[in-house]
Amino acid sequence: MRHRGVLPGFGPALGFSLAYLCLIVLIPLSATFIKAAGLSWQAFWETTTTPRVLASYRLTFGASLIAALVNAFFGLVVAWVLVRYRFPGKRMVDALVDLPFALPTAVAGITLASLYAPNGWLGSLLAPYGIKVAYTPLGIVVALIFIGLPFVVRTVEPVLQELEQELEEAAASLGASRWQTFYRVLLPAVMPALITGFTMAFARAIGEYGSVIFIAGNMPMVSEITPVLIVGRLEQYDYAGATAIAVVMMVISFILLLVINLFQAWRAHRELRGSV
Amino acid sequence: MATIAAAIVADSPRRVTEEGPWVRGLLLTLALGFMGLFLWLPVSLVFTEALRKGVEFYLAAITEPDALTAIRLTLLASAIAVPLNLIFGLAAAWAIARFDFPGKGLLITLIDLPFAISPVIAGLIYVLMFGAQGWFGSWLAGHDIKIIFAVPGIVLATIFVTFPFVARELIPLMQAQGKDEEEAAILLGAGGWQMFWRVTLPNIRWGLLYGVILCTARGLGEFGAVSVVSGHIRGLTNTLPLHVEILYNEYNGVAAFACASLLTLLALVMLAAKTFVQWRIDHPGNRL
Repeated sequence: MRHRGVLPGFGPALGFSLAYLCLIVLIPLSATFIKAAGLSWQAFWETTTTPRVLASYRLTFGASLIAALVNAFFGLVVAWVLVRYRFPGKRMVDALVDLPFALPTAVAGITLASLYAPNGWLGSLLAPYGIKVAYTPLGIVVALIFIGLPFVVRTVEPVLQELEQELEEAAASLGASRWQTFYRVLLPAVMPALITGFTMAFARAIGEYGSVIFIAGNMPMVSEITPVLIVGRLEQYDYAGATAIAVVMMVISFILLLVINLFQAWRAHRELRGSV
Repeated sequence: MATIAAAIVADSPRRVTEEGPWVRGLLLTLALGFMGLFLWLPVSLVFTEALRKGVEFYLAAITEPDALTAIRLTLLASAIAVPLNLIFGLAAAWAIARFDFPGKGLLITLIDLPFAISPVIAGLIYVLMFGAQGWFGSWLAGHDIKIIFAVPGIVLATIFVTFPFVARELIPLMQAQGKDEEEAAILLGAGGWQMFWRVTLPNIRWGLLYGVILCTARGLGEFGAVSVVSGHIRGLTNTLPLHVEILYNEYNGVAAFACASLLTLLALVMLAAKTFVQWRIDHPGNRL
């Protein structure tokens, strides 16, 4: 039944898109894999598994995970408040959610570093309690929370808006407490969006560079994230080393994203079958 | 019945789908406290620090020659990257939203790829292609063309990191709108470009603008990718974010924040524009 249709321009539009995609993204990206393939397996393994490199993977993925979890919780609370409550200045607060997205990462970096430095506005408040944020792994988590903030809010918000209040009313009239309604009715409904937002925040945090380098201190083994390590290798003209580490990082994050997407698909599939 | 219902409503302090005042207060405090700590405080700090040595110092910091070159380069990179990605976004959305072809899902995934890649790696891939030791390194050197540690590299890196934005906005929008109007235009005898200017573009203009705003915001602020390919040559290959980094690392904090405040202002303008466009998309009935 499907006819190619009367609309013009399919060939040129697809042709241009593919050519542009190949030139800007695919061919340059394949360069990393080809460069890494030029290394012997042993050289590749030795470059990518030194204690310093391993420590950077742990820090990068660990800090990103913590930051994304914090964002999942607060993102849900912020989205809930923005959708359900009325308060003065709500429009401005809503617009401000996207600030981390619009603000250049270098600006975020120097700002957070100054805020949490021992003599900064917040750092000086925390110093008497012995809490150090700037130039420690904790600072990295703070920067990554900032970077990932919009993702969860912006994915959960439309789902909360679409939710039908009848469901909540039904739950309440059947005797559920507000907490039970939230836990049994609302949370399952927003869960897919929450996981998507979490994944986006996580993925963004893993690759983040600009906002982290200023607040991290970049000490090897302690507060050096993998992108900083890659830049370090590049500055020493060790292109093969930089590429090998970059390939490992890309492969790990692709696998993580794939696993989370498969889990989402499996959940959606199960839910669909459960409801029929 | 009505009186009973009225009595219940009068008795119950709140609707069943609302939380108690304590929970409400707690959630509001949590949300606004979190936003204040992570968003409002940093923005205030930028402007406080920028103006700490007075207006004169501020103006001097943003008008010294290196800063002006950096501003020009930042604007130039976005002025090239945004139109190119705009054309790509239109072409990709036209092919994907208006036609069926095998591999469409894969193409959509590949368009998103730059989002999943660290900016540092985005810079690295161009160094591997065009750097002195790269694939085309000796050829470029032979023809006296510089890409890495020069302006073309910065433009390329900016194109890469802003690559998906317009396409991502347009594809779902055009899929949702369907192709009836465009088919009608063609059947009534309009040419391809006539249809594009008269039907397609008016329908997608706000979504398009939205994508362009996101693309521009990201392009103006890109740091990691640009940092890898720029070489940090002062007055030549420094974009404004890189200039901020150099000033900050030289312990010239006030000047760094002065330049940072320009970028923050730009970001706030982008946010305002984005909010306005979003409002136009949500209220399509109101004509300007």
